[in-house]
Amino acid sequence: MDTIFAQATAPGRAGVAVIRVSGPEATRACRDLCGDLPQSHLASLRTLRDVDGSVLDRGVVVYFPAGRSFTGEDVVEFQLHGSIAVVNAVNARLAAMEGTRPALPGEFTRRALDNDRMTLPEVEALADLIDSETELQRRQAQHVMGGALESAALRWRSALVEAGALVAVTIDFADEEVPVDVSPQVRDLLTGVLRDLKAEIDGFGAVERLRGGYEVAILGAPNAGKSSLLNAIARRQVALTSEIAGTTRDVIEVRVDLGGLPVTLLDTAGLRETEDRIERAGIELARARARSADLRVFLSDDGIFPSEAGEDDLLLRSKSDLHGARGISATTGEGIEELLETIRARLVSLLPGVGLAIRERHRDAMAGAATELHMALNAIDSADHTELVSHHISLACRALDELMGRVDVEDLLDTIFSSFCIGK
Amino acid sequence: MKQSHIIVVGGGHGGVEAAAAAARMGVQVSLVTLDIDGIGAMSCNPAIGGLGKGHLVREVDALDGIMGIAADGAGIQYRLLNRRKGPAVQGPRAQMDRQLYRTAVQNAVRGMAGIDVIEGEVADLLVGNGAARGVILADGSEIPADAVILTTGTFLNGVIHIGLERKAGGRMGSRASVALAQRLYDLDLPMGRLKTGTPPRLASDSIDWSRLEEQPGDDVPVMLSFLSREPVARQVSCAITHTNEGTHDIVRRHLHESAMYGGQIDGKGPRYCPSIEDKIARFADKTSHQIFLEPEGLNCGTVYPNGISTSLPEAVQLEYVHSIEGLEAARIVQPGYAIEYDYVDPRALDRGLQVRALPGLWLAGQINGTTGYEEAAAQGLYAAVNAVNAVRWDDPFHLSRTESYIGVMIDDLITRGVTEPYRMFTSRAEFRLSLRADNADQRLTPKGCRIGLVGQHRAEAFDEKCRRLEAIRSVLHGARIGAAKAHEAGLPVSESGPARSAMDLLAVANVGIDDLDALVPELCGFDDETRAQVGREAIYANYLDRQETEAAHLRRDEATVIPADLDYAMLRGLSHELSEKLTATRPDTIAAAARIEGMTPAALNVILLAIRAGRRPARSA
Repeated sequence: MDTIFAQATAPGRAGVAVIRVSGPEATRACRDLCGDLPQSHLASLRTLRDVDGSVLDRGVVVYFPAGRSFTGEDVVEFQLHGSIAVVNAVNARLAAMEGTRPALPGEFTRRALDNDRMTLPEVEALADLIDSETELQRRQAQHVMGGALESAALRWRSALVEAGALVAVTIDFADEEVPVDVSPQVRDLLTGVLRDLKAEIDGFGAVERLRGGYEVAILGAPNAGKSSLLNAIARRQVALTSEIAGTTRDVIEVRVDLGGLPVTLLDTAGLRETEDRIERAGIELARARARSADLRVFLSDDGIFPSEAGEDDLLLRSKSDLHGARGISATTGEGIEELLETIRARLVSLLPGVGLAIRERHRDAMAGAATELHMALNAIDSADHTELVSHHISLACRALDELMGRVDVEDLLDTIFSSFCIGK
Repeated sequence: MKQSHIIVVGGGHGGVEAAAAAARMGVQVSLVTLDIDGIGAMSCNPAIGGLGKGHLVREVDALDGIMGIAADGAGIQYRLLNRRKGPAVQGPRAQMDRQLYRTAVQNAVRGMAGIDVIEGEVADLLVGNGAARGVILADGSEIPADAVILTTGTFLNGVIHIGLERKAGGRMGSRASVALAQRLYDLDLPMGRLKTGTPPRLASDSIDWSRLEEQPGDDVPVMLSFLSREPVARQVSCAITHTNEGTHDIVRRHLHESAMYGGQIDGKGPRYCPSIEDKIARFADKTSHQIFLEPEGLNCGTVYPNGISTSLPEAVQLEYVHSIEGLEAARIVQPGYAIEYDYVDPRALDRGLQVRALPGLWLAGQINGTTGYEEAAAQGLYAAVNAVNAVRWDDPFHLSRTESYIGVMIDDLITRGVTEPYRMFTSRAEFRLSLRADNADQRLTPKGCRIGLVGQHRAEAFDEKCRRLEAIRSVLHGARIGAAKAHEAGLPVSESGPARSAMDLLAVANVGIDDLDALVPELCGFDDETRAQVGREAIYANYLDRQETEAAHLRRDEATVIPADLDYAMLRGLSHELSEKLTATRPDTIAAAARIEGMTPAALNVILLAIRAGRRPARSA
């Protein structure tokens, strides 16, 4: 297996750039670069040197041994200064080593999948990754499935396993001291999952609508340069589709196409304390829109940002032509391309704010499960055929298989044996 | 043509079915047992059948095995478990008169042409050309054979514990076969260690039955064999009593003297059949546990208190027994004990239960990590059929998960292995709605007939039954009933729907065959069992199409054979862990690979691709 390396962070100037190395030669690469291999999982400051001993950079190095790393292989991550020159130099040094090569797009993730390091719903992850044609699809698949969808699926799964176990215990251990009627608990469990599924299925429409456009709010104090920025962007965007005055004079929407991604930029009322009721209402509206937006960009010409600007927000100094510090300028156009690229990258990596069912087959799987749960609930009501309740629960689990791993009888038995004293 | 010869080692439930099955197929069988009198002995609880197990008994019976008929010759209390649930999960079960059962089994073996019963100890296997070629007895005599089936139960390194005392041995009173065991250890098969326990046996006349709740059998007994009509032996009741806080105090006080809790035993026990020590330690908040008092026979005078198996010292057993209602003056005839034993990880076996590392040797029963008479019997029969087919160079006889509980069990064993004594549950069968105890004969008897496993008597009875079923089905399909008429007759259908066949009406929820008599008078002409059978089939009619689709899918996976020499270590994209598991298990089909723990669809794809790549013709240079 080759040892692969690649810059894990976005290319270009940045505070920090991370280069990730994965594979059997990763540890040797680290020793060659830094002189030693840091203790595993500990951030360690090291000097990276070229072959001739000259300093390439000083940075934080983290070693993840095989079995406890993202890819499952030995992984070393170099957190370097985000300079293009530094990154190029280190990459060149890595490329010159024996047994290493630059990673193909998505290759780290592919290795993580191959090595069972991602407890994702594997079919989908693999299929999506292989089938994905765009960066957007790839990231979306990973993000949704690596996080929210999986944890929801696990929650549903454990509820269904518990319900299945309750039913199974009354079937397979009918001659033991076990509860005779478990229908209230089973009904509660199934109803809970069904409710969640329905919400997701209903939310699928919202997800589709969201596909029509992400919202990015531009916020900041009055006169921070929000409108100028919007105008500058609008002028530069060939694909500008519309410019609509909002329902109030204070929210202006501009739809732009950011590298294939439909984005609506929101120009909002300047944030400040005010006694003017109408302006205050406008600010409230701006805040509300901003809260529901997918991304918020805070502008400030003096580098002071309001406390509500959070970790996930973009903070930018505007009017760089006036103060000379790094930032953006609507006048000179400085930094605007980078800003748009940053916005695009952030949106692409963002989970749509609503719903976990982002693909039709997610929705289909959930709908299939919901149908079975309906039938299971009907079967509980008609009594006398507990085996049909069990049948529908297992079909519901099967329908969710697309979202998660298989449910096994051993899961039911484990649940049974840990909760009931079986054995007369 | 020279008649083939198969040796079956062990006269337990697996051994007798193996011997009988091979004999039915026309093979000469030597059944070697340590104790002729012990053939057919029930060393644990005196009952046959139950949930999941009743299905296995019926399947063994459908293949003309001896367990069902023997049990019906000895049944003294019949209960259909889950009677109030659907037929798919109903399990026929009967309490046995131990002596009658043993006699019935011994008579069946004796009455079968082609079985030579040899009392002796098998000391070793004859091995030639890397295959088992027979056995060597302790007296030095050699018996050559074409195949050897080991059904030796707990003989591998078996240790009995009563309190802190321990002694080597299989079940009480049996010798352990040490030399043969060494041969298996030398094969370097993967092994594991399990434990199981039994309760003290009580003298029936020392129990105060009058104070205990009586548990009678069913009014209409459901027989274990398709060929039986009614019980032969006198029917009796069991009784139910309970442990109490006093019992639990005694057990708790002496817990350190228990072999299982004193650290003497490290084998893994069945979670579904815990010892009394286990129950009290693990479920401390329960203040009482149920005990079934099961007579071991009509005249034998001993009772099996089901629910208090133990490895406490005898004196403690007596103390806690006396703390239980109705048992205050009970005498212990034989103390309870725990037994620890080694088993062969069944993943070392092929789909026919043959040891992959030593062709010619088949294993069945407890030696494969299972528990229960029924599980052993089913494996014995299955191993024998495959051994016979192998020595005749016939196709292997494989049963799928889609058609039988036997297929489920074999697949579970060889693909998943066992971590605790393996027992059948209906939940293990994903096609449970179609794999019912009531249709085991329809599922398996024709298959058995095709390979000469089923005798003429059963084949004729089965054909006759099928003719009746066909007749009633054609009546039901043929009768078309208007919605108004059906509604008028009280059926839960709307007045205005389309006309339907009587068969479709039968499939409507809450419609029974009796409800149709007025509409289709011909139905009255059929016997009760035939009527009941179509009724049972109709319950699941609406589910079967979908199950069939899934079954077809599984059968396709079962038919996708993985080459035995596939080098998993060389497959890119398999995790190290999975690759090791696959190498150890060597699944023979994609379906088997899919059932390996931790298997992922992605990894299955890798294997599928490798199979396809292997099929591609080599490119010429």
